[in-house]
Amino acid sequence: MATLELRGIRKSFGAVHVLHGIDLQVAEGEFIVIVGASGCGKSTLLRIVAGLETATEGSVLIGGADVTRLEPKDRDIAMVFQNYALYPHMSVFDNMAYGLRIRGLPRAEIEGRVRRTAEMLGLGELLRRKPRELSGGQRQRVAMGRAIVREPKLFLFDEPLSNLDAKLRVQMRAEIKRLQRRLGVTSLYVTHDQVEAMTLGDRLVVMNGGRAEQVATPMEVWREPANIYVAGFIGAPAMNFLHGRLCSEGDAVDLRAGCAIALAAPPAGVSDAEVTVGIRPEHVRISSHGAAGAIPLKVDLVEPLGAESLIHGILPSGEGLTVRATDCSPLAGTSLPIVLPAEHLHLFGGDGRRLRLAHARNATARVRAGA
Amino acid sequence: MHGPVATTKGEAIARAEEAAERADALRQRADWLTHAILILGVALFALPIWIVLMGSTHDVATISRGEVPLLPGPYAIENYVAAWTEGSARTTRVPVSAMMLNSFVMAILIAVGKIAISILSAYAVVFFSFPGRMLAFWAIFITLMLPVEVRIFPTFKVVSDLGMINTYAGLIVPLIASATATLLFRQFFLTIPDELVEAAKIDGAGPMRFFKDVVVPLSVTNMAALFVILFVYGWNQYLWPLLITTTGDVETIVIGIVRMIGSEADTDWHLVMATTVLALLPPVAIVILMQRWFVKGLVETEK
Repeated sequence: MATLELRGIRKSFGAVHVLHGIDLQVAEGEFIVIVGASGCGKSTLLRIVAGLETATEGSVLIGGADVTRLEPKDRDIAMVFQNYALYPHMSVFDNMAYGLRIRGLPRAEIEGRVRRTAEMLGLGELLRRKPRELSGGQRQRVAMGRAIVREPKLFLFDEPLSNLDAKLRVQMRAEIKRLQRRLGVTSLYVTHDQVEAMTLGDRLVVMNGGRAEQVATPMEVWREPANIYVAGFIGAPAMNFLHGRLCSEGDAVDLRAGCAIALAAPPAGVSDAEVTVGIRPEHVRISSHGAAGAIPLKVDLVEPLGAESLIHGILPSGEGLTVRATDCSPLAGTSLPIVLPAEHLHLFGGDGRRLRLAHARNATARVRAGA
Repeated sequence: MHGPVATTKGEAIARAEEAAERADALRQRADWLTHAILILGVALFALPIWIVLMGSTHDVATISRGEVPLLPGPYAIENYVAAWTEGSARTTRVPVSAMMLNSFVMAILIAVGKIAISILSAYAVVFFSFPGRMLAFWAIFITLMLPVEVRIFPTFKVVSDLGMINTYAGLIVPLIASATATLLFRQFFLTIPDELVEAAKIDGAGPMRFFKDVVVPLSVTNMAALFVILFVYGWNQYLWPLLITTTGDVETIVIGIVRMIGSEADTDWHLVMATTVLALLPPVAIVILMQRWFVKGLVETEK
């Protein structure tokens, strides 16, 4: 168990800049998930922490000690790879024991640690099998076991679940979470899957184009995304974005879709400006025809998911909007009146950053008819 | 309207059966033809060996008369014992057992040496990045592509200056590097996933440890396949041993056979034949013994 600190990590491959200065502080026992689309530099960041890549600039501190120049083996870390990277010619036992043997642990201690870990992971019966005789989930477990027996200061996970089928992934996700809680080892987990990120992480690092866009708890990221990228990336189905204009007093926003929504408090220091208005599909309310402030949504496609339906439609402005609705499944082609509650709106400025609203949660909708 | 239409169901079935029979007959004829060609091929390859095998069981007079015996004669044991213990009394006077030993030592050392050197050089080229890595690879590759014959004079000069004429070292060292094997190992190493290398790094395995614990065990089937090829290559070496061996001490069996054939009158043909059969045995044995590994290598594809 140890803390991890990243200071101004930059990485370039020749002329290509992959990371543009990442700072991060991880507390002891914390589970940090680095999430982002492919190519955002998240794996590179993890590999720099592991010591498999060297940072062009910046430093990595594990447990307060600068390890930037150390080899992976001297950093006291363990890593779980996407394709498991088990040694194909070694039995499960040998795969798990290999790192311990290299470190010269006494035979009895190795035996004990491997058996304990194998029991914990339900691999007790499989110790003599070769990796090719195991299922995907079992291999995944062996890869975890190999990391756990080492009792490292830091766990690194590089998309460990992406080779599993959907059902197994959900199961292993819960298992990883439980294990990490139980072992209390500081962990860094890279994934492109936002559900994995939300469910696993104590805190998320949302990355885009080599930058950490937001570092916060999953609920903070979901409730108050720092910018348009984060807002669109976290949450499924993705947040709707509409064009709008903040009025000159700054206390209301005119949507291009044809309605104005009053804000309880104006965003600090901004008025009379183009803004992007975001609203999550689950926050769009379905109203009744003729209700004040209702916008007609022309239903284009309905995806029933059982407990709820996803309604994809087009607003009068031509902008698309997705609504997540329970007990409502209109026919395609019909018109559905919808209301965008002011308390659930996210406003983003011209630079894509979130505009902070004072007491936005308590805002009441005041609708100016006709706008 | 569209082609002939069967008038009744029965007629249609009869027609179908007829077609099936015709197809069967055709297939049988094709089988027969295939077998005939194969048998002809086998005969073509096996007949000389059969003649040698039969010739080695007759006395010298039979063959000297110009007969080509196709049936076994009564002198098998005598001929083989003579060849094994004494060799051809009229020409070389070196027992075949000694020549076999020389050939065996040479073939084994060439095969093992080639594998050892090429696996190490391939390891260096694939897993380490150093300046001029590709240059090194291509330099090794192109130089070694030149067959022994092309560089035979300079090589001979070097070996003779080093005083290695008539030594095992002189026989083996100039043949011990292999471009083919280096390339084969390189191609195999390129299929080892990077993550495996990284996992080993994190486990704390250094380069030599990774080589010993992961790379070599994974290459075992490749090594076995190469061993067979290289052993046969070493065993069949002719030109180089011919130049480098001037006495019987390190003479190989391939050279021995040539030296046994003196002038027509002096040649113990029955012993030459027996020696040839003996010379055939080790490569055949190696191929048969290592066959299991080939199959294993083919079946165990998953990494």
